[in-house]
Amino acid sequence: MTEQPRRIIAGPFNRVEGDLEIRLDIDGGQVVRAEANSPLFRGFERILEGKNPLDAMTIVPRICGICSVSQSVAAARALAAASGLRPPPNGELAQAVIHAAENIADHLTHFHVFFMADFARPFYQGRSWHADAVRLFKAERGEAVRAAIQARAELLHIMGLLAGKWPHTLSVQPGGTTRAPDARDRIRLLAIVRRFRQWLEQHLFGDRLDVIAALGSAGDLDAWHRAGTGGFLRLFLTIADDLGLAALGKGPPRFLSYGAYPRDGGHLLAPGILEDGRRWPLETARIAEDLSHSWMLGDTLHPARGRTVPDEEMASGYSWCKAPRLAGRSMEVGALARLVLDDRPLARALLTDGRGNVRARVVARLVEIAITTLAMEEWIKAMVPGQPFITPLELPDTAEAEGLTEAARGALGHWLRIEKGRIASYQIIAPTTWNFSPRDVRGEPGPVEAALVGAPVQPGETTPVAVQHVVRSFDPCMVCTVH
Amino acid sequence: MTGHKTTLLWLQSAGCGGCTMSMMCAEAPGMFDTFDDFGIELLWHPTLSEASADEVTGLLADIVEGRRHLDILCFEGSVVRGPNGTGRFHMLAGTGRPMLNWVRDLAARARYTVVVGTCAAFGGITSAGSNPSDACGLHYDGDLEGGALGVAFRSGSGLPVINVAGCPAHPGWVMETLMMLAENSLGEGDLDRFGRPRFFADHLVHHGCSRNEFYEFKASAEQLSEMGCMMEHLGCLGTQAHADCNTRPWNGGGSCTSGGYPCINCTAPEFEEPGRSFTETPKFGGVPIGLPTDMPKAWFIALASLSKAATPSRLRVNARADRIVQPPAVKDTARR
Repeated sequence: MTEQPRRIIAGPFNRVEGDLEIRLDIDGGQVVRAEANSPLFRGFERILEGKNPLDAMTIVPRICGICSVSQSVAAARALAAASGLRPPPNGELAQAVIHAAENIADHLTHFHVFFMADFARPFYQGRSWHADAVRLFKAERGEAVRAAIQARAELLHIMGLLAGKWPHTLSVQPGGTTRAPDARDRIRLLAIVRRFRQWLEQHLFGDRLDVIAALGSAGDLDAWHRAGTGGFLRLFLTIADDLGLAALGKGPPRFLSYGAYPRDGGHLLAPGILEDGRRWPLETARIAEDLSHSWMLGDTLHPARGRTVPDEEMASGYSWCKAPRLAGRSMEVGALARLVLDDRPLARALLTDGRGNVRARVVARLVEIAITTLAMEEWIKAMVPGQPFITPLELPDTAEAEGLTEAARGALGHWLRIEKGRIASYQIIAPTTWNFSPRDVRGEPGPVEAALVGAPVQPGETTPVAVQHVVRSFDPCMVCTVH
Repeated sequence: MTGHKTTLLWLQSAGCGGCTMSMMCAEAPGMFDTFDDFGIELLWHPTLSEASADEVTGLLADIVEGRRHLDILCFEGSVVRGPNGTGRFHMLAGTGRPMLNWVRDLAARARYTVVVGTCAAFGGITSAGSNPSDACGLHYDGDLEGGALGVAFRSGSGLPVINVAGCPAHPGWVMETLMMLAENSLGEGDLDRFGRPRFFADHLVHHGCSRNEFYEFKASAEQLSEMGCMMEHLGCLGTQAHADCNTRPWNGGGSCTSGGYPCINCTAPEFEEPGRSFTETPKFGGVPIGLPTDMPKAWFIALASLSKAATPSRLRVNARADRIVQPPAVKDTARR
């Protein structure tokens, strides 16, 4: 039975960070067009204008309560670039540990609290895995939900030691970090990471982290899936196979990463651009924000020259989100993009027709947890108590700079201009600004809008469960999106 | 536990969601265990609940129209009134209606209205600078009473809005407030003049600060990461900030001052506009502007100059270092 064409306005679309509305045109049992609306405008870029540049370190983390440290890191890099400064090796390591703790905590929250709950819905009753999904992932009640929240809280003890508190630390600074751990702190940090690693290996993976990090192909992953029964990742793979999640939510065949966790001039995960299977070096000069479908006034501009002027009449457009494009094209960002651009063979193998999909995004996030947790332990071991963690900062009166980093959900950039010692312009492009951008002047949809087309809709469904899988597979952070 | 459940609805608007992220760090017991143990039934929370979209809008309508009883409304994030008083800078998704209107309707039905975080309390960081979204708190606009609900507002219980301020709020502050409300043991006398629960707001961040010995001798840090007192040069407001951050740990054992950076008084109205940079102390005639709470100025100056003159070398040296350079002398046990 095919229903008449209809329109759904789905919101408040929850278990994402912030408020989200998705508008869907449905025909022939599937989504034929989608619009993503970010319904909240706060105006951080305007708030920052005229301030002492150092005050950005207090203000920008408060853009987002879930990627707070990422915002701090982007601002710190922009201010460091403006001053021609680089943190000492210890500072780079401590920043990486603080940042990784947040990114891993975010991945953990996304998988256990935001994403998996939809498989426990009564909609899936009768599937072979449904009882397990309910026991582990039912919202609020699931064993895995509660255990993961506790594991996350204990992982974030890293923040108590290195960053004072989380979210909203001031310990991340352009010149490094403000808390120099002593021998006791360092050994405690190691103890926290090792306990967390145990938790991951026992519960999330049912296997050693190095085994997960080394999975090198689709065949490897498949063989690993069938070789055991333990671990939430295996349950997800079972569900993904049963529901065909590798064919659901296909994004654009284009990926962008600014590179994650710089150290000694390199990155743990390399930066770059992938367009239709071809890899290019990162070139931020090719970025511009299109406002044709945003409730924003102005022209399409590079963020170094961009402005934020809300259209108070909300006359044309359907979202407060701007539409960032790289050389005029939408880009998918996130853990999957990072692993693809780091040339991890498994990541390429997860793509379907060169495109991200629900299964690939989720698997990439979990594999990245394994990679980053292993790296975090090495970074802590490499810290040298006794050596400095911060270099004092002297800001110029006039400067123009960009600060790039990778939040859990993808590429985050800050573009800063200082004139007469004050902030003359501050522009932010957050990961979900990329992934949840509205259409551009050519009518090209943003990544999630494209990924939703073709999602199946059952007769009578008001908030189609397949749509929920696709939307949440991007791990959107709506408060960052418009900022 | 009694059979009666305390119903809780949580909404988020113009904030960062960080107070929820912080609340999820509650430990021993954790957040969900606390809800269970005190009979708190989560009707809906944007981060935690299964229900989405129309499943939620139906619930909101039921509460507003009195078909569903609401004990506690928790609100996180500022309320935006812009553009031009319409509130359209945040239309609650799926409803085509400003959050400004929703919160007024829902607060009118709740037995208690609890604000979580300084944005929802006073406007907070969202109202900084030119306040582009015309953000305010539920019951305050900065330090002025009023805000989105108006001066005269009282919840069904007769209490004003309970302001669990903080940027973010400490998970303990939120959990303890909700536990007390679930057993009806929080009264108007338990709130300070800004509606903040006194169990945390009657303390100062200075209490228990690990830098107290440096403070006593005015041995000051001059750069972030140095161990000395941050009041004289780095803008620290710990001696004026109402919170117990240094007597109850954050994230297992931290606080802003132990993390090497100054307290910015984030539980206070208008903390977002200190009238100077957050990390430097303005001075007048060499004396920091903004004296410790309840401290007469003349005495502060007299004691400060005396203690500066008496600063032991250990403190003077360590204050400017990022780790202990000169340990305390070990006393000769024969000379006790």
